[in-house]
Amino acid sequence: MELVLDSVCKRFGEGRAAQLVLDRISFTLHTGQFLALLGSSGSGKSTLMRLVAGLEAPSSGSLSLDGVPIRGPGSDRGMVFQKYSLYPWLTAAQNVAFGMELKGLERGVIRERTAFYLDVVGLADAARRLPRELSGGMQQRVAIARALAAEPRLLLLDEPFGALDLQIREAMQEFLHGLWQRTGLSVLLITHDIDEALLLAQQVHVLAPRPGRIVESLTLDLDKGDLRQLRLSAPFQNLRHRLADTLRQLDRDPAPGP
Amino acid sequence: MAPFNVQVPRRLRRLIRHPWFLGVAGIAVLLVLWSVVAGLGVVDRLFLPTPAAVLAAGREEAASGDLWRDIGASVLRVLGGFGLSALVALPLGIAMGANATLCRLLEPLLALLRYMPAPAFIPLLIIYFGLGELPKVLLIFIGTLFFNTLMIMDAVKFVPRELLETTLTLGGRRRDLLLRVITPFIAPQVLDAFRINMAAAWNLVIVAELVAADNGLGKRISLAQRFLRTDQIFLGLIVIGLIGLLIDLSFRLLMRRSCAWAN
Repeated sequence: MELVLDSVCKRFGEGRAAQLVLDRISFTLHTGQFLALLGSSGSGKSTLMRLVAGLEAPSSGSLSLDGVPIRGPGSDRGMVFQKYSLYPWLTAAQNVAFGMELKGLERGVIRERTAFYLDVVGLADAARRLPRELSGGMQQRVAIARALAAEPRLLLLDEPFGALDLQIREAMQEFLHGLWQRTGLSVLLITHDIDEALLLAQQVHVLAPRPGRIVESLTLDLDKGDLRQLRLSAPFQNLRHRLADTLRQLDRDPAPGP
Repeated sequence: MAPFNVQVPRRLRRLIRHPWFLGVAGIAVLLVLWSVVAGLGVVDRLFLPTPAAVLAAGREEAASGDLWRDIGASVLRVLGGFGLSALVALPLGIAMGANATLCRLLEPLLALLRYMPAPAFIPLLIIYFGLGELPKVLLIFIGTLFFNTLMIMDAVKFVPRELLETTLTLGGRRRDLLLRVITPFIAPQVLDAFRINMAAAWNLVIVAELVAADNGLGKRISLAQRFLRTDQIFLGLIVIGLIGLLIDLSFRLLMRRSCAWAN
């Protein structure tokens, strides 16, 4: 799997009212890589994710997956949104099965894989419960299981834990980290949470706002054996403070001229 | 001063807390008031029949079969007109909710038509279609179509974009969005819209029958007026109310059964 973005620009509106949202974004994501796009609001990070998902088309530049240009949404790129992520009328198991049913897989296969992926996210017991009977963290785990069950080549996470309480968010970050280590998934994560990006990703691209553009790229070499220890470690804290300064600076400075 | 303290027996308290108790009590109080006022004879019997007289009128009409024929005729008209309206409103409302162009084209028109009182169409309907069943069914159709359509359209607009886009990233096509996401998502709101607009349909059938009909509950009331049979008028009103309540409860039951997730 290889996702390649080359000089991707996105403009909204036309003529004089046109607004440049993304400015010449280029990066590559390889198989098994966990890549985070870190930026504050206005950095166009959600738009960038929608371009990768194929929900929007770029104004210029190109996106391709394994050499094939991205022309629309498809099940090779599974997506998890921050909210309204589950079908409220379906049980957890039916939510997980949904994508496989769209693909027309055999019933037996669907049942087997549903059970498997619910187990992967630790929710085998919640199979028959409706989304409203699940906590926010459980709902997002079901959404991740549903995306995984469609067996995408790339998992897209758009602030998946942004709506959760701090403690649950930390637990979910540990869960996602473990999941990634176990399964060797390729993940593209969008977040405004510096800790989240540093804890989970191998590579972090920092996006500046208005227009959204990559201003810094970090390849992380942190010991991720124990995330709780990592959070407290000096190298982590240093990086964290430095990135916080960078983001604050970016929010204050006006965008450079064309 | 000693606090004023009333001991309410526990059993009574439990009864009051029952969800239906107060509602039933309200109706019971009205019935008692009616009996007392009518029984005292302060109001002329001609204007205010006793409950017993209304009950007797009911027995009489039930025995002769008139009551059942009237109920049947009115209910059939409502089912026909409202069924037709629902059949058109569902696809139209969904299409308008899903397609911005179609919405911009039709919404102002429907909003305008919605404010034309349906009974005002009766003269036209009689000129076009005479006095048979068709104009009555069409009156109900016209009177509920625009409300049904606009309410369904609104429900579709409130389907979260994330749900639709999630479906696309799971490999869903437009057809899947319509049949597997939009339809189940709006089902509870559609049932609720139908429940509310059914009240309008039930109003309109009576109006149509008051104006021109051979049978039906509205016709019975207007006949009763001619012969000063206030007992039959009361009976008609009560039967109309009861059937309306029954329809409302059926929709609520259907909703609770089929859309448990939305409660």
